[in-house]
Amino acid sequence: MATRRQFIRISAMGAGAVMAGAAGLRLLASEITDGRKASYVALTGRTPTYCEVCFWKCAGWVYKDEKGSIKKIIGNSEDQNCNGRFCPRGTGGVGMYHDEDRLKTPLIRTEERGKQSFREASWEEAFDYIAEKIKVISAEHGPECIALFTHGSGGKYFSTLLKAMGSPHIAAPSYAQCRGPREVAFQATFGETIESPERTDIRDTRCLVLIGSHLGENMHNGQVQEMSDAIDKGASIITVDPRFSTVAGKSKFWLPIKPATDLALLLAWINVIINEELYDKAYVEKYTYGFEYLKAHVKNMTPEWAYGITTIDPTMIRETAREMANAAPAVIVHPGRHVTWYGDDTQRLRAVAILNALLGSWGRRGGFYRPESFELPEPVHPPYPTPKRSWRTEFPDLYKMADTVLANGLCDATIPDPSRHCQFQGWIVNGTNLIETLPNQENTLKAIQALQLLVVIDTMPMEITGWADVVLPECTYLERFDDIRVGPHRRPQIALRAPAAEPMYDTRPAFWMARELAKRLDLIDYFPFEKLEDQLDWQLKQVGSSLEEMMRIGVKTFDRSYDDLYFAPDEDVEFYTPTGKIELYSTSLEEAGYDPLPKYTAHEEPPPGFYRLNYGRAPMHTFSRTSNNPNLTDLMDENSVWVNPRVAKEWGLSTGQYIHLVNQDGKRSEFPIKVRVTERIRWDSVYMVHGFGHDDKRLRRCYGKGASDTNLITKVHVDPVMGGTGMRGNFVTFVTDLSGEEVMS
Amino acid sequence: MRYAMAIDTKKCVGCSDCVVACQTENNVPIGYCRDWVVEVMDGTYPQLEVELRSERCNHCENAPCVRCCPTGASHIVDGGIVLVTPNKCIGCGACIASCPYDARYPHPKGYVDKCTFCIHRVNQGMKPACVSVCPTKCMYFGDLDDPNSEVSIVLKKRKSKTLIPEAGTKPHLYFLI
Repeated sequence: MATRRQFIRISAMGAGAVMAGAAGLRLLASEITDGRKASYVALTGRTPTYCEVCFWKCAGWVYKDEKGSIKKIIGNSEDQNCNGRFCPRGTGGVGMYHDEDRLKTPLIRTEERGKQSFREASWEEAFDYIAEKIKVISAEHGPECIALFTHGSGGKYFSTLLKAMGSPHIAAPSYAQCRGPREVAFQATFGETIESPERTDIRDTRCLVLIGSHLGENMHNGQVQEMSDAIDKGASIITVDPRFSTVAGKSKFWLPIKPATDLALLLAWINVIINEELYDKAYVEKYTYGFEYLKAHVKNMTPEWAYGITTIDPTMIRETAREMANAAPAVIVHPGRHVTWYGDDTQRLRAVAILNALLGSWGRRGGFYRPESFELPEPVHPPYPTPKRSWRTEFPDLYKMADTVLANGLCDATIPDPSRHCQFQGWIVNGTNLIETLPNQENTLKAIQALQLLVVIDTMPMEITGWADVVLPECTYLERFDDIRVGPHRRPQIALRAPAAEPMYDTRPAFWMARELAKRLDLIDYFPFEKLEDQLDWQLKQVGSSLEEMMRIGVKTFDRSYDDLYFAPDEDVEFYTPTGKIELYSTSLEEAGYDPLPKYTAHEEPPPGFYRLNYGRAPMHTFSRTSNNPNLTDLMDENSVWVNPRVAKEWGLSTGQYIHLVNQDGKRSEFPIKVRVTERIRWDSVYMVHGFGHDDKRLRRCYGKGASDTNLITKVHVDPVMGGTGMRGNFVTFVTDLSGEEVMS
Repeated sequence: MRYAMAIDTKKCVGCSDCVVACQTENNVPIGYCRDWVVEVMDGTYPQLEVELRSERCNHCENAPCVRCCPTGASHIVDGGIVLVTPNKCIGCGACIASCPYDARYPHPKGYVDKCTFCIHRVNQGMKPACVSVCPTKCMYFGDLDDPNSEVSIVLKKRKSKTLIPEAGTKPHLYFLI
C-alpha cells in the first residue's frame, strides 16, 4: 500500500528558485537529448498550427512581432473548422505561451522528516524514476494495472506507450463525463456516432432545436459560425433550457423547462409527430425499424401528460413540433455535447435520435451530413502485446454498451476493494485536471491515495499536479509539433501544427517524453522515428504532400473518396445496426438488457430551501484549463452564481454579494462566489460557469476566484447503459455569513 | 469617404473575441481594452429579451473629444476616423470626460488610447481585426459614401440604431436590431 499522499502546492518553492534551478538543469538536459531543438522554428513570417485551447482544433497561423515574440494567432481561411476565424480562446491562445505561471521544470515528490514536498529534477532523473516504478508495478501486478487519462494531442504518444507496455487502459474523460451517452444512443439508432466536430448541417438548416445546449456560450467555433449563417438565412431556433441562455435570446421559441424533465418533452414531441402524421412517411417506411412499437409506446405521452411534468404549455409543445415538421428534413434536433446529466442520458439521447429519424433529418441537407476523415498511414512498429486483463471484468453486467474505457471506471477500480482483482497501481495523467473533471472529488482522492505512481503531464500547475509523484512540464502547442489533424468534416482535410517558438523554460513536447520513457522500458521499436517532424514528413509523403508543403499551406483539402454528403433520393442505405435499419426500437439495447424504447422516469427534486445546481460554459474559457490565461482572465476572471430575483428576495441576496454554496451532502464551496441576481434563471435552479475556484496558489491569477461546481457535485447518477456520470442531480443552498473570510476579488 | 461599422445584435453572442483580437493586434496592455461587450436585459421570467453588442469608439462626425482636446492630439483623419497622436497627448483626460460612450482609456505609457478602426489594416485594404475575427460574422465595415460597400448595403436592408443619439455626436457605429 502506498503511503498517505499529501497535496503539495508547487508554490512551496519560490518562483525564483524554480527559475534558477531550471537554468542550471538546462545544460544537463541538452546533454541527453536534442529533443528540445526544433529545426523548423521560423524567426519571421507565420507558422501553421491547430489550436489546443479546446478540442475543436481550429487551424491557424501564428504571427510574431519584430522582436521574434509570439504576437497573434489568426485562423486559416482554408480550414473547415474555423473558416479563417478563431474564437476568443483561440485568439487568446497566445496567453498560454506567455503565462508566467507555467510549469517550468520536472518535479519529483520527496519526503523529509514526514513532510512532503517537490524537488526540481532533471529530465533524466524524472524518466528513470518513472521507468523504475513502471517496471516494479508491471512485474508485481501486470502492465494492465497502469492507466492513462488523457485529453489533448499529447495523449497519442502516451497511448502508444501504454499499448506497447500491454495495457489497454486508456481513458478520456470526454467520454463518460461528457458526450458518451450521445455516441452510444446514436450508434444504437443509426449505427454511427456524432463525432467531433459534430456532423450537424447547421449551415443549411431551417430549424435548429437545442436542448440544454448553449451554442454561443459553448464557443465550438464552426458550429457557432454556422448557427449565425442559419440566422442570416432565416432559420428558426427552438431552445429548451431552464435558463434564458444567449441562444434563447436568438430563438423563435424558448421553452423554459423544469430541469430534469427533458425526456418527457421529447416523448411528447414524438407523440405529436406520430399522431398528427407529421413524420416523413417514405423515410420511416424505407429506412427504419420498429415504428409500430414506438407508436404504441408513446400513445399516452401526450402534450397534456408532458405539461404536468415539464411545465411547458401543451399548445407550445404542439406548435414547436409542427415547426420542426414544417422545416423537415432540414431540421436538427441537436444531440448536444456535454450530456451526462441525470443517469438516464443514453435513453434521453435515444429519444433525440428517434425524433431526428421521424423527421428524416439523418443523411439530409440541413440535418446530419455524412462526414469524412482523412486516412493517414501510421508508422510501422511491432504488434502490440495482447492485454491479459480488462477493467470490464471488475464491473460484471454493468455499462455493457460502453465502447471505450471509462475514466470513472478506472478511478473506481483503483480504490482497494476486496471484491476487485485488478487494482490500478499507476496513473499517467496527460492534460486533464482530474480533480476538477471527475465528479465526487473525495472518490478521486481516495483512488489517488492508493497509487504507487502518479505521473502528471501538463503545461500549468493544475490541482492534479499537486498530487503527483512526478510532474512533467509540457511545452505549449505553440512550441511543438504534434500529429497531423485528420478529423471528420464535409471534406477530408489535414492540418499541421508546427512550433512557432522553441520551448520556453525547461519544457518539452509529449512525443519526446513518451519516447524517452519507451527507451528506458525497452519499447523503442514502437517509436521508429526519433523526431516527430521526420515521422510527419514520412506520413505526408505517403499521401502526396510533405512537411515542407504543409509548413507553407497549413491546411490541405482532399476530395471525398466515397459517398455523397447526403443520401440520394431513394438511395438504398445499409445502416450499421443489427437490423441494418435505423432502429427506432433498439435491438442492441434490448439484447443487452436495457429498455429498447426510452421511458421517462422522474428524477429527485431539490429539498425545500435548495436549488438544482446547473453549470455550463463561458465563451472565453475552456473548462478549468484557461482560467489562468492572462488574455482570457482579462475577459472573465471569476464565475458567479445566477439566482432568480424571487429567490434572491427570499434570501436577501443582491448582485455582487459573496456567498458560499452548500450542497445536499453538506459539502461547502471551498471559496465564496459572487451572486448575480437575474431574471434569466428559473427559481428552482441556480447556474454557474464551470472551471473556476482553483485552489493551487501557483495559479496566481485565478487562485481562489469563484467557486468550483465539481467541488459541489458529490452525488453522481451513473448511466447503467454506458457508465456516464450524471452530474446534474445536486442541490445547493446559500450561506451568506462570510465573517472572518478573505474574498479573493 | 466615411468609414462606418454596423454590428448585428441578432447574431452577436457576446463571446468577446473582438476584444482579444484587438488586444493582440494593437498591443493593448492586459487589463485595458479598446472594445468591449455590453449585455442589456429586459423583462421578467419567462418573457425576456437580451441584446448583446460589441462597443467601441463611435468615430463621431461631431466628436466632443476632438473639440475639447487642448493640444490637437485628438483629431479626425480622412475617412472620418478619430485618432490620437500619442506624442502630442499630455494625458489630461478631457477627452475621456467628454466622451458619452466611455470609449477612451489612459494608456499606462501616459497618453490616451482608443479604437482606431484598425486604420493600419484598413489602409492596406484589410478589415479591422475585430471584424475579421468575429466568429458570428456579425460586424460589417466599409465606406458609407460607397453604396456598394457591405456596411451601406446592410444598413439599407436592416433596421438600425446608434447609441445616445441625443448627444448629437453623429456616430459612425451602428447596431442592427
